[in-house]
Order: sequence, then C-alpha cells, then structure tokens
Amino acid sequence: MARIAFQQLAHSYHPAPRGPIDYALRPMDMAFDDAGAYALLGPSGCGKTTLLSIISGLLRPSDGTVLFDGADVTPWAPERRNVAQVFQFPVVYDTMTVRENLAFPLRNRGVPAREASARVDYVASLLGLTAALGRRARNLGADDKQKISLGRGLVRSDVAAILFDEPLTVIDPHLKWELRSRLKELHRQVPVTMIYVTHDQTEALTFADRVVVMAGGEVVQVGTPEALFERPAHTFVGHFIGSPGMNLLPCEVVSGEAVLPGGHRILLPHPPARETLAGRRIELGIRPEFTRIARDGDLPVLLRRVEDLGRRRIARVELAGLALTATLPDGAAPSSDAARITFDPAHLHLYADGRLVEAAP
Amino acid sequence: MSLMLEDIALSAGGRVLLHPVTLSLEAGSLNVLLGPTLAGKTTLLRLMAGLDRPSGGRLLVDGRDMTGVGARQRSVAMVYQQFINYPSLTVFENIASPLRVAKLPRAEVEARVHQAAELLHLAPYLGRRPLELSGGQQQRTAIARALVKRAALVLMDEPLANLDYKLREELREELPRLFAESGSILVYATTDPAEALMLGGQVATLWEGRLTQFGPAGAVFRRPCDILTARVFSDPPLNEAPARLAGRELVLANGRRIPALQRGVEGECTIGVRAHELVLDDQPGPDAVPLDATVRVAEVTGSESYIHLDVGGLAWVVLVPGVRRPEPGERITVWLDPRRLFLFGTDGTLLATPELAEAA
Amino acid sequence: MKPHSNRAWLLVLPVVALVAFSGVIPMMMVVNYSVQDTFGNNEFFWNGLGWFRELLDPSTEFGGRFLDALWRSLLFSAICLAIQIPLGIAVALTMPRRGLALAFCLVAMALPLLIPWNVVGTIWQVFVRGDIGLLGHALNRLGLAFNYTQVPLHAWITIIAMDVWHWTSLVALLCYAGLRAIPDAYYQAARIDGASSWAVFRSIQLPKLRRVLTIAVLLRFMDSFMIYTEPFVVTGGGPGNATTFLSIDLVKIALGQFDLGKAAAMSIVYNLIILTLCWVFFATTTRGDADAAR
Repeated sequence: MARIAFQQLAHSYHPAPRGPIDYALRPMDMAFDDAGAYALLGPSGCGKTTLLSIISGLLRPSDGTVLFDGADVTPWAPERRNVAQVFQFPVVYDTMTVRENLAFPLRNRGVPAREASARVDYVASLLGLTAALGRRARNLGADDKQKISLGRGLVRSDVAAILFDEPLTVIDPHLKWELRSRLKELHRQVPVTMIYVTHDQTEALTFADRVVVMAGGEVVQVGTPEALFERPAHTFVGHFIGSPGMNLLPCEVVSGEAVLPGGHRILLPHPPARETLAGRRIELGIRPEFTRIARDGDLPVLLRRVEDLGRRRIARVELAGLALTATLPDGAAPSSDAARITFDPAHLHLYADGRLVEAAP
Repeated sequence: MSLMLEDIALSAGGRVLLHPVTLSLEAGSLNVLLGPTLAGKTTLLRLMAGLDRPSGGRLLVDGRDMTGVGARQRSVAMVYQQFINYPSLTVFENIASPLRVAKLPRAEVEARVHQAAELLHLAPYLGRRPLELSGGQQQRTAIARALVKRAALVLMDEPLANLDYKLREELREELPRLFAESGSILVYATTDPAEALMLGGQVATLWEGRLTQFGPAGAVFRRPCDILTARVFSDPPLNEAPARLAGRELVLANGRRIPALQRGVEGECTIGVRAHELVLDDQPGPDAVPLDATVRVAEVTGSESYIHLDVGGLAWVVLVPGVRRPEPGERITVWLDPRRLFLFGTDGTLLATPELAEAA
Repeated sequence: MKPHSNRAWLLVLPVVALVAFSGVIPMMMVVNYSVQDTFGNNEFFWNGLGWFRELLDPSTEFGGRFLDALWRSLLFSAICLAIQIPLGIAVALTMPRRGLALAFCLVAMALPLLIPWNVVGTIWQVFVRGDIGLLGHALNRLGLAFNYTQVPLHAWITIIAMDVWHWTSLVALLCYAGLRAIPDAYYQAARIDGASSWAVFRSIQLPKLRRVLTIAVLLRFMDSFMIYTEPFVVTGGGPGNATTFLSIDLVKIALGQFDLGKAAAMSIVYNLIILTLCWVFFATTTRGDADAAR
C-alpha cells in the first residue's frame, strides 16, 4: 500500500524533444492517496496509458520523479515496485490451472506453499472463482479470465497499487455490471490504491472516488464524479463527461447578462468581474439535464428531433442556429411548433477560453 | 430493395448456430441486431451478405430467391469492428476502391469520393494513408467506402466497439442519417442496449442463436415478448425475482403480496423490473410494496447513482437520480410498484407489461 | 433452388488430371510392381504378397537389411530433432527484435536454406576431407584422426552436423515468427508478476510456440526421415552400410540391383511408416487444442 506522487513528471517518446508538442505527457505534479480509487479518463492519445506505464515501471519517464510513500522509485523495475496490472485483454498462463495462475506471483517471490495456498483460496472466494480453481485457465470465458488477471494482482498482500488498463473492453455489457460492482466491493475489503484507465466515462465515474480527466498530455481536472458533472473546470470536461455532453453557447457578457446569438439575453446569477473576460472567447455552458423544454419556457427553439432512449428522451433543438440538446422526462411530449427552453440558473457556467470563470466574490 | 429471410437457419458440425429466422427488411430502414457475444449476430450478418450458405430456409431479394448466390453477385457492403482498410492505399483510393472494381468513369469516382469524404469529415485526409489516421478516422474511411458503393444492403458488425466513447456517440448520431438518404437497408449489430435505442429504427433481439423479437426499438424495449428479450434489452441487467400468482395477488418469495394486474392466471411466474423503475425513498404509488434490501455497493456517475442491492439473496440494481452513496451493509427499503412490473410465465413468455409503459 | 453453377467442376479438371498423372498413376505402378517379380526384358511374374512377407520378416536377408536401414533412419531423425528443435528455439530467443541486426540475421539464416541439396552435400564433403578440407585438415592437424570415409562414427557426425547446419535456421525462423506473435501484455504481466526469464519461457513462450513447433517437428521429421541427396553425396551410404538410410537402400535395391518388386514393396511400407508417424505426431500435439475447444 502506498501513496503515489509525481514531481514535475513529463515524458516524451522523442529522444530529443524540441517543444511541448513532442511530449506525450506534459510536466505535472500530482498525488494518489493511499487506498484511494482513481480513474484516469480521456480520449485515445491523451497520455493516460503512458502515465499508467510510468507508475508500473514499464516505462521510464524522460523527466521528473515518481515517489512511492516519499521514496524515489523512478529507476525501479516493475517487479521491485510491487504493483499489479490488469490489461485490456485478459492475460492468463495457458498451461496452468486457475489455482496455479493465481499462485504464480507468489511462487516467483518464494512465498511458502501453505501461505500461498491460503492467499489463493481467499482471493478466489473474493472473486467468485473458487469453483473454477482446478480448471485449466484457457478454457474459461473472457470475464473469468479477466478475473484471474485481477486475482493475480490481489493475491500479493504487499501490493502497493493495482493498475487497470481498460480492463472491461472485451466484456459484454451484462457482465460488465457484475465485474464493475465486484471491483468496487473488493476495494472496500482490500484497501489498496487502485488506478483505472479508461475512455469510458461510465466506467470511470462509477468506479472511482476521484477522476483525473486528461486531454492532450495534460491533466484537465481532478475531482469527484459529482464535481465533474456539476462544475466542469474546462469545456473539454463539460463535453467529455455526460451523455450527451454539455451545451456550449458562444456569447458576450453585458451588464450581468449573457447575450447569445440572435440577441437572446440570459441573466447570470453570479456575473464575473468584467476585466476577467476582456478579449477572451466567452461561452455559456449548460448541461442538457438542467434544461427544460415546455410551452411556457424562456427562449424559443426549433425542435429538430426527439431520441427515445427508453428510460429518458433527448430533444435535439436549435436556438438561433445553434444546436442544443435537452433531456426530456419519460412521458413528456413537447409540441414541435411552440417549444421554448429554460436553463436552470443554478447550473449555468461561464467559460473564458475554455476555462471556467469563477464567480466574483 | 427489400430483403426477406424465410426460416433461414444455419447448423455446422451437428451444432445449431442459428435457429430459423424470419425477417423482412425494407429499403431505407435501419435495423439493429442486439444480443450478447455468441448470440448469432455475426452469423446472421454473414448469411445476409451471402458469405455463408444457410442450411435451411430461403433468402429473397425483391421477391427473387437469392439463397445460394455469393456475396460478389449481391449489392452488399460490410463494415467490421476492426478498422479494415488497404494499408498501402491513400484514403482517397481506399474509398474509391469499390468504384474502381465497378469500373466507373473517373469523374463519377471523384465526385462520389469527395461527397462521401465531405459527409464523413475526411476531406482533409484524402491524401494520407489509413495508418497515419486516428482510430475514428480509420473507421470513418471504412464507412465511407461502404457509403460510396451505394450498396442496397449495408452490414455493420459492432462498427463502433473499438472506438472511444465520445467518438462512438458522434458517429452513432451521424450513421443513421448518412444511410437513410442513400435508401440502403442498414443492418447494425451491437451488444449494447443503449446503442440500439440511440440508433432508433427496428431492433431484432438475439439470444443463443435464436431471434426472440423484431420491432421498433422503443416498442421492443417497453414490451419485450419474453424474459430473454427483456434481459438482452436491459442495461443495467433486469432485476428478477420468483413469484406466484394467486387469484388477484402476486405472492413474492418472502411472503409479500402485491395486487396483480393480470387476472385469471394461476401459478409460478417471474417478475422483472428495470433498474430505473425501482424507487428508494418515497412510496411511488398506493399499491407499491416495500422490500427489505442490503446495500452491496453504490456507483455514482455524477448525475445518477446505481445502487447494487441484495434483496433476499437476489442481486438487484436500482438507478436513482442525483448523488447517493449509502454505505455497504446498510439496510434500505426499495419500493416495488406493480404498475412498473413485467410478469413472465414459467416458460418465459410475457404475461403482463408495466401499465406505465402502456401509457407511453 | 440450385443457383450454384456446375461449371465450377470443369475448372477443377486440369488439377485432377495433373494429380492423377503425377501421383496416382506412378503410385499404382508401384503397387503393381510390389506384387510381381521381374528378371528384366519387361517380363513379370506374379509373386502375391511374397515381397511384403519377406520384408517384414527380419530373419530373411531382405528383411534384416530393411530393419537395419529403418533403425538407422529413425536414429538419424531422432538425433536431428533432438538437436535442431532446442537449438532453433534458443536461436530464435536470442535473435534481435528490430533494426539492421535483425535484417542481417534473417538473411544469414536464410542462406543455408537457399542452397541446392546436392551442393550442400558437396560443400560438406569437401569441408571435412582430411587432405584439402578446412575442417577435416584442421582436425587432423590438431591430432584428431578424423576420417569420415573409414570411421562410421565420424561419418554420422559429419552428416548430422551438415543437417543441423542446413536446417536449424528453418526451425529458428518458424519459432521467431511464433515469438513475435505473442502480445506485449504477456511479457509486461510476467514482469509485474516477478517471473524469471525461465518462468517466462516455460509459462508463456513455450505454450504459445506449440503450434509452430508442431509444424517444425513434422517438417523436420519428414525431411530427415526421407533424406537422400546429402548423405549420398558425402558418404554414399558408407563406410560399409553405416549411413545407408532407408532412402539410400531403396535406391540401391531399385536401381543398383534392379529388384523392382522388392523396391516397390519397400517403398510402400516406407511410405506407410512416414504417414503413420506423422499422424501420431500430429494427433498427440494437437490433442490439447481439441480439449481447449470443448
């Protein structure tokens, strides 16, 4: 178990990087608390897998240091770091039984057979693999194989952290639910630092206590799922988290009001200081969940289309030529001719050059 | 064109891969094959394409029997989960390849490729090679190739599965419109119920090589004909519990009684209720009954929370709006509203649909 | 109901004719010869299963000779496999993974495979000669009385060394391709699990190489069991009969003594032995796959 920290960590795959563009990971300082559940969330190419490889020691960063409980482990090889990793595709040792697979990391470290066997039994019971212990690993389904990969990480009592690299990619939706909740339960029972890399927001948000959103080799925001949903610090987070993402409307701010294209005005509950906005690109952000479409709404919109998602519906509308999405409660049927949209003022956010503008005190 | 499958079936080596399927697909329609891995989605796609020969049944195109005709002689385009492009050709040549095979005049090829590239946002990359592009752009190239061919039948086998979540969302929105304009029959296989709903159109649910239901996505979702369909089409998984119908009441395993909507049926049955139809705090209706549950784990997405429960030994999931984080082990009451229940007979057939779904 | 065209069969006809001409007809001739005796002048006499009876009875001259040659062939194949398979794996494991070194390696290893077989024989025949051969002369100068034309053991060493030189790179190239197909995640997982190089070899590389090794063993067994050209060029089957393998003996009987009946019977049994052994190899090495599929 360990607290993992980075100091001025950066990485470039180029031997002689010439500028920030050559860096897969821009300089960052960050810490993962001991026994926390974290997710690294971002699109492909954002640097999340690079960061994970640096933590596990499979990749040595070109700049900066990695600290485990304050000790500099940057030059350490993976086996010395005591981390476990679960990969995108299940890795099992084909010729071994499930029991031998789970015992493998212990055997390699010379753990006495009796102790190893007790650990394996414990981990198998946590993962629901007890019945399969005697079977050949390669004859199992993808979800059971992934449980074995996970079990090999859990079986070591001294493990500093367990790293997950998109572990549910090859798992069917139904089994995803089971594995995900089991993972979360496991984290309760085995308090170890877990870091989960994914591009899937649902997986990241449901698994982690704190989510690290990454884009272009940088950390854009670190926060709880509700913080990322309710107060995205960056338009990227607003767009990336939520399905559909946040509506972003270009606007100007004039005397405490946001002026949208078409001249529509929206009163801002907490208008920012004027000088903070000067010369910057201003956008008004509102999540589809915080809009309401009704006859008696504020702004007139053109209803383009309604998507039926079963338990909720999404309206695609147009406000003065701008495409917006709004969620509709089940059962509500907006009329297409006289639809008007209302924004919940408590969830309106202002962004300048993509960054959240804090309200003036 | 129209595509008609009449009792199309496939078995190989003594194993049934696909039980007889009868389906009728109309020109310009969007059809989703929904089912878990190995349900028979790819098998069915391959039969439609003419890549495999069915072991039984007939396949009619515009009323003409085309059962044994190979893929080459049919007007078919296919997009796979893997990004399949010609690595040594430019994006332009990749998209143009089916037109070159058809020996179209050069001007026509140019025009069609540029039009497709425009629609799929590939215009700036026409001179590059596929491997220099991102995964999303590679798959767009493969889709553009299917589009320019103007095939009467376009088959897609989990085309977005290898893409990032957000890219998936984007392409999923564009796809139905791209192909609706061309008048092609689009058949799209997926394992994800949410995807089937977002795409809209018709849904065919598959389970272990059997077609269980075919109809408009919303209708199949709200009125699945049997428990298999309901399971395939529920994400989070369908919450189930054994029960017994006795006169005007439904008796649960723990002895709780629920006023039953369906009358005149006696005996064993299974209740099914979707995660978002369960309620945690307030009694949702006068007939709702409370069930005791223990919290296993809570998952919060920021706007909603999935609470995993142990309800008398059964694993259930409840979806509640907002943020809620009950501690594992906490005792909690979950309300079961008879107006939101599915009722299935012992053979799995649907006995009753939720009243609220009927209304919608 | 039957839109599949029957014209397809027409397209297969040339191949059928070719196979019949090159395979089936000669084969039937051999079967025909094997049940007859001839004294030249194209005169044949019916002999029934006589040749086969004699062949399979070690107490007869013909049977004893056949059994000796069979043992020699089996021993030769066994030694070749025992050296070439482990050596090939070892070479594949130490090959560079990329860059110029890899290109050089691949070309160097492909070279022996590209040399015609009789040339390989000639190269080694000259190479080990005591008077002018580089190796033979050097050994003699070192005080080792190396003489492959007189000492059976030396003849065997020469032929086996030649076969190892000629064919190990085939095994190595096959294994190299197999090793390259193992996803990186396996190696990373093993590093994280703290596995030693030996454990990585035992639990990842060897199991993943199984299919490739099946092919390598089959190819090398068939080739070495049927080897003719190289030993014929180097030793001519001698000294004495020390390196007279089945193939060499067969040619001696057929073309040296012109015993067509005996040779035909022998070649049929020879063929059956190869088929049976290959089937046994294949069945035992692929049985695990069938288990996995179940």
